[in-house]
Amino acid sequence: MADGTMVEAVRPTYLDRKGFLSWALTLDHKRLGIMYLVTIMVFFLFAGIMGMLVRLELLTPGKTVMGPDTYNQIFTIHGAVMIFIVIVPGISATFGNFLIPLMIGARDVIFPRLNLFSYWIYVGGALIALVSLLHPIDTGWTFYTPYSIRTGTSVIPITFGVFVMGFSSILTGLNFIVTIHKLRAPGMNWHRMPLFIWAAYSTAVIQVLATPVIAITLLLLIAERVFGIGFFDPAKGGDPILFQHFFWFYSHPVVYIMILPAFGVISEIIPVFSRKPIFGYKAIAYSSIAIALIGFLVWGHHLFVSGMAGWVAKVFSFLTFLVAIPTAIKVWNWLATMYRGSIDLKTPMLYALGFLFLFTIAGLTGLFLGTLAINVHLHDTYFVVAHFHYTMMGGTIMMLFAAMHFWFPKMIGKMYGEAVAKIAFALIFIGFNLTFIPQFIMGMEGMPRRYYDYLPQYHYQHVLSSIGALVLGVGILVMLINLIYCIFKGEKAPSNPFGSKSWEWQTTSPPPTENFEEIPQVTDWTYGYGKKN
Amino acid sequence: MSTETHELGGHIVPYKDLVLVVTALVILTGITVFVSTLDFGYAALNIFIAMAIASVKACLVSLWFMHLKFEDVITWIFIIFSLVLLCLLIGFSLSDEFLRITPKVNF
Amino acid sequence: MAATSVEHLHSDGHFVTPQDKYSSMKLGMWLFIATEILLFGGLFAVYAIYRAKFPEMFFNGRDELSLLLGTTNTVILIVSSFSIAMGVTAIQRGKKNLLTFLIIVTLLCGALFGVNKYFEYTAKFHHGIFPSTDIFFALYFMMTSLHMLHVIVGMAILFIIMIFNMKGKYSPSNYTAPEVGALYWHLVDVIWIYLFGLLYLVA
Ligand SMILES: [Cu+2]
Repeated sequence: MADGTMVEAVRPTYLDRKGFLSWALTLDHKRLGIMYLVTIMVFFLFAGIMGMLVRLELLTPGKTVMGPDTYNQIFTIHGAVMIFIVIVPGISATFGNFLIPLMIGARDVIFPRLNLFSYWIYVGGALIALVSLLHPIDTGWTFYTPYSIRTGTSVIPITFGVFVMGFSSILTGLNFIVTIHKLRAPGMNWHRMPLFIWAAYSTAVIQVLATPVIAITLLLLIAERVFGIGFFDPAKGGDPILFQHFFWFYSHPVVYIMILPAFGVISEIIPVFSRKPIFGYKAIAYSSIAIALIGFLVWGHHLFVSGMAGWVAKVFSFLTFLVAIPTAIKVWNWLATMYRGSIDLKTPMLYALGFLFLFTIAGLTGLFLGTLAINVHLHDTYFVVAHFHYTMMGGTIMMLFAAMHFWFPKMIGKMYGEAVAKIAFALIFIGFNLTFIPQFIMGMEGMPRRYYDYLPQYHYQHVLSSIGALVLGVGILVMLINLIYCIFKGEKAPSNPFGSKSWEWQTTSPPPTENFEEIPQVTDWTYGYGKKN
Repeated sequence: MSTETHELGGHIVPYKDLVLVVTALVILTGITVFVSTLDFGYAALNIFIAMAIASVKACLVSLWFMHLKFEDVITWIFIIFSLVLLCLLIGFSLSDEFLRITPKVNF
Repeated sequence: MAATSVEHLHSDGHFVTPQDKYSSMKLGMWLFIATEILLFGGLFAVYAIYRAKFPEMFFNGRDELSLLLGTTNTVILIVSSFSIAMGVTAIQRGKKNLLTFLIIVTLLCGALFGVNKYFEYTAKFHHGIFPSTDIFFALYFMMTSLHMLHVIVGMAILFIIMIFNMKGKYSPSNYTAPEVGALYWHLVDVIWIYLFGLLYLVA
């Protein structure tokens, strides 16, 4: 193995050039990946603080620190920023950018300028969305009509910001699809590609085909407010539920934009730390595509209690169950990969195991919610809140953190501090469960989501949940401080500290600007661990 | 039709073919305008004819003007998939719109 | 598009062969066209629903529109599409000046389309018809203005291509940009073919 064979970087690394402009105008996919990551973490902290404020307010029934209107605005900011600015580009734009060319043995993405352009319109869109903070909106992140047409808060800046960020998402996805089609190294056929690439490809398909629908929906919403047209306004003959259809036509597939890259990350981490070839490569690869396709057909499960026509609801419920199959296939294959492997519990692997636990809960509770009869009981309760936090936070963010540790040596060229990282993981894992398990129970008992006040009978669970949020917040801070500290003071990393066979580890750490001195000749897949080789 | 290819790998559609296509497009436009003035007694029939002719025109433009006829399978997959999604979006939202259970409440 | 060229900071300069660049740009534009289909698709869905719900409103609305202007604009766009398609064949065969001429024809058609649209819009405003009048006109204005935006973007792209062509950038071994730009223009045409049918003919 390449362990410890310190390859002295002869060529300048991609981090060498200094100065603001060398970053702001870079065409290097690795730098853009880092820039996305930093931007996203800043917004993550901001929206995280909003989430903490929500939990603080809910510590006691009635008023704790803020009034009901402020509360509505705070949870809307938390949701909208987390979804549209943080998690949608969360892994695909950050690690997708950093890893795709490295993993397929290319020098860069196919359209580097378009890539830079995508980054800046993402930032532009995020800033436009932030303009709405002057008078924050209170509609919830879903912008449901007709309230979003009537409310006096600044709906237009945030929806327009999301519209602009949508273009960033489309162009990034387009770039990745063409890159994966056209720039694979010689010999890297589809069945030798790392599973992260399969996941990124499926994600990109959704980005390209689902995002335009939210774009036109938000455009129509803006037109409703500006020109007074009435597509979604019952007072003008329109139909508010049509907005929900359009909104979820994008916003359910977007769940897979968030989670598929996480599936890709875990598929890379588990074989490395189990020292075994990935089990069921093709099953994992094709199930990514299957999820992307079926994911388009289930949006109606968000409308079950809107009076939706019976057979439409049944079809949507059935399709929702269908999407569980490829997901379960993946989970099963990851477990089978670990079976009788020599498991090394380094931090990325801990996150991967945590993900398996949390995501299984997320997936199974998703099935409850997809069941028509149970949905009526659980709709718009804390059960839903807990469910989607298990998918987004327990799924995507956990794997984002895993990726931040796993590829830290490759990105920065230093090692992260293992001991502190493990403590941070423990805090995050415990804090997360403590926050959201009580919410499952509250939801079952009927606590509605988004409410400012609650009956005293829920007090106990709310207190537990708020304590959990605090632990979670501390864990995330410890993790970030550890990583930031190690950027400067970490020990120098060898080019392949974990003994991975994937191509990004076969170049120096950090990689040279052109990634590889010579484009690799691929003769095998990248999962040949253990006895086989 | 032409199979003339090029060093970049692109196809060259001869002028003659393009002229044929544009003639067909203009004739079809005339037909669809004329048909729209007829009254069959069913508005649905008018819609169907107009959309069918529009689709034929769209096919002509994409197949020859846009060289879709000579494109890779993957291009076809994406275009067809986007059309399928469009049909689903229209189909499901339309059928929900008309089959929805409206509560019988007197305000 | 932003990435008309892939010359690059990387030490070894070009890292993509012209053939790869050509097929990549085309695939990229086709993917973009797929997103455009769904972008306008949202409006088509709105149309389908409200056309079914309020047939009377759509009949009355259609009668306010000028079939003559609509048909004229359709023919104009078809001719423009034809002209740019001829242009691509021309540059593939090395007829640089013919391409310039055909782009000019296309741009003139686009401009003429815009002028017609302008007269249509002002006539509507003159009659007191605005997007807020009813759902049909909301759709009419949303669809046609979004389409007009695409016409303008398409004209800008073709204009830039024309300038580069006059500088001699394109040849039978490099016609990626004209072909991809033309693809975008044809998309504008295809969308209009449907809008014409939906708004002027069957409503
Ligand atoms: Cu969903």
